[in-house]
Amino acid sequence: MADTAVDTPIMKLTAALTARREAGDVVVAPFLTAGDPDMDFTFHALEAAQQAGATLCELGVPYSDPIADGPVIQASYTRALNAGGTLEGMFGLARRAAEQLTMPLVAMTSYSIIFRRGLDRFVGEAAAAGLTGLIVPDLPIEESALLAKACQQAGIALVRLVTPTTPPERAARIAAESTGFLYCVSVAGVTGERVSLPQQLKDRVRWLKEQTDVPILVGFGISRPEQVREVGDVADGVIVGSALVRHLEATSGDQRQTALEAISRHVGELVAAGRAG
Amino acid sequence: MATSTATHPSYSQVPDPLGRFGDYGGRYVPETLSAALDELEQAYTEAAADPAFQRELDDLLCRFVGRETPLLFADRLTAHAGGARIYFKREDLNHTGAHKINNTLGQGLLALRMGKRRIIAETGAGQHGVATATACARFGLECVVYMGSEDVRRQAPNVRNMRLMGAEVRPVESGSRTLRDAINDAMRDWMGSVETSHYIIGSVVGPHPFPKIVRDFQSVIGRETVAQCERDLGRMPDVVVACVGGGSNAAGMFYPFADVEGVRLVGVEAGGRSAQPGSHAASLSHGQPGVLHGSLSYVLQNPDGQTSDVHSVSAGLDYPGVGPEHAYWHDAGRVDYTSVTDAEALDAFDLVARKEGILPALETSHALAWTIREAAKMPPEAAVVVCLSGRGDKDAAEIARLRGFSEDMTHG
Repeated sequence: MADTAVDTPIMKLTAALTARREAGDVVVAPFLTAGDPDMDFTFHALEAAQQAGATLCELGVPYSDPIADGPVIQASYTRALNAGGTLEGMFGLARRAAEQLTMPLVAMTSYSIIFRRGLDRFVGEAAAAGLTGLIVPDLPIEESALLAKACQQAGIALVRLVTPTTPPERAARIAAESTGFLYCVSVAGVTGERVSLPQQLKDRVRWLKEQTDVPILVGFGISRPEQVREVGDVADGVIVGSALVRHLEATSGDQRQTALEAISRHVGELVAAGRAG
Repeated sequence: MATSTATHPSYSQVPDPLGRFGDYGGRYVPETLSAALDELEQAYTEAAADPAFQRELDDLLCRFVGRETPLLFADRLTAHAGGARIYFKREDLNHTGAHKINNTLGQGLLALRMGKRRIIAETGAGQHGVATATACARFGLECVVYMGSEDVRRQAPNVRNMRLMGAEVRPVESGSRTLRDAINDAMRDWMGSVETSHYIIGSVVGPHPFPKIVRDFQSVIGRETVAQCERDLGRMPDVVVACVGGGSNAAGMFYPFADVEGVRLVGVEAGGRSAQPGSHAASLSHGQPGVLHGSLSYVLQNPDGQTSDVHSVSAGLDYPGVGPEHAYWHDAGRVDYTSVTDAEALDAFDLVARKEGILPALETSHALAWTIREAAKMPPEAAVVVCLSGRGDKDAAEIARLRGFSEDMTHG
């Protein structure tokens, strides 16, 4: 599957997910903030994640008012913006990654940023930069028709989110409309590490699997190898955010190499935990 | 108005079922909150149709808040300005000293109906925080108020009053440490507590159905004013003026006048130090359409969509967005939006204090500054009503500091 001709960005994403699942492995999708502390570092962090076995990466687009995010990612966004991070710079990073890495990238971005840029322009620039999809955590399904159309035309995924507070009928509709994969939020609340995952999570993922053909990745609160194994029993993979972004808290001078090694090691442990057999 | 009654649109038939005020409004929030917003919308629809709910709220507004508030002819200020007759709608006389209590009692009753015993709120000037703490004390609800640490400093008396009524005040240290950051943290709290908590948002902002609910609860201001003008003036006023930050007192005052022809409506934003980006908080005067805190409206942001820093001498207007209904009225031309500077607002504060024996809130002083200046240009038979949205006790110490008074000096 992986060497099948890839025509649109979303096909690259789907091919990567399919190949990993056919091998029987749990998909590990790290989240990294674009531009914390700078775009060059983020590129090397993406490279380290790929080498450690990540299937895809989520590139967080810094936003000044991220209401879905906990303190770790919020602080990371603030650092990136204070360092002069721009949308132009993020697209540049995505282009560089698309040219030099094989792992697909999806951008996680607030609708505020997409709206200001203009929907068609943003999606066009994202596709041109080689991004394979968008995750827009503050865009509920009722408001998403125009962006969904733009993404479909550009051939990129619009990944939807379901949460523990989503009623079943609504979750089924969201699952059916999600492209690329479905993002299953494990807990009600903001992003951040959690000691334990809710008991009902496995039942919910099993039910969701019946509502959609796209892979299901579980995010929010995932940081440890045993969680990858636990979630991997029912879901296609995990998204790991805050726990990795923590490694970006100290990156000045010779701490850069240490941070890259920490990211590589952390991703590697999660990937190993999710390996078949 | 250029258009006739027969053809002009009705400005009061908003929002639509998706929460749209024309192009504005909507619901741009994480999926975690969708179910709670649906639940709130349903609870509000049922409450609005329930005469018992309205009776209970009306009774509280009368006996607990002290409504109706008077419409006062400001005769010495009118003589000073030398033009139109100036009237004050005295929301400053409400229990807790501002219009905010109209909304918090209504939403507190809604929380009781929904069985939610924990209340979250954000506050800028502290008036909404105090009004929320008050409603929670009255109803026996747990209360957590998020407040930017810069505002905690500027509005110390209100922080004390919230704590005295049993509320927990959580200072917010992120970002600009003002109202915008307080809203972010209140929403984050709600994300994790949504099944047991209700978020009483303090202005006509945020995701649907908040802009509609807050407007409806605040519309008691405009409804009373319409009746008082009929009774006292024998006619509708020529101009109605209110300050606009998020825009709740203005929405409540304007909404009942929206379909009344011949009444000019003026919203006064915070012009701050200057019209330079970062020096003001005038979203409608200087911003453009964008998404912030769950709805599409006018916002102050940079070309990448990052929210701009804003400034106003008044904490309650220090906000980079505005309610979506104001954006709708702005584009439709129904309301004129303008701004006055910090210095003009401070001068109006002084003038109203000395001419009328009322210390107005600094937020309100913006509406007063425009009124004093523009009333002078109107004929003496014209009538201008200003929404005197709050009293200025909370600001007195800060103004004394800005004026170089020290607390222990007396002034004549």
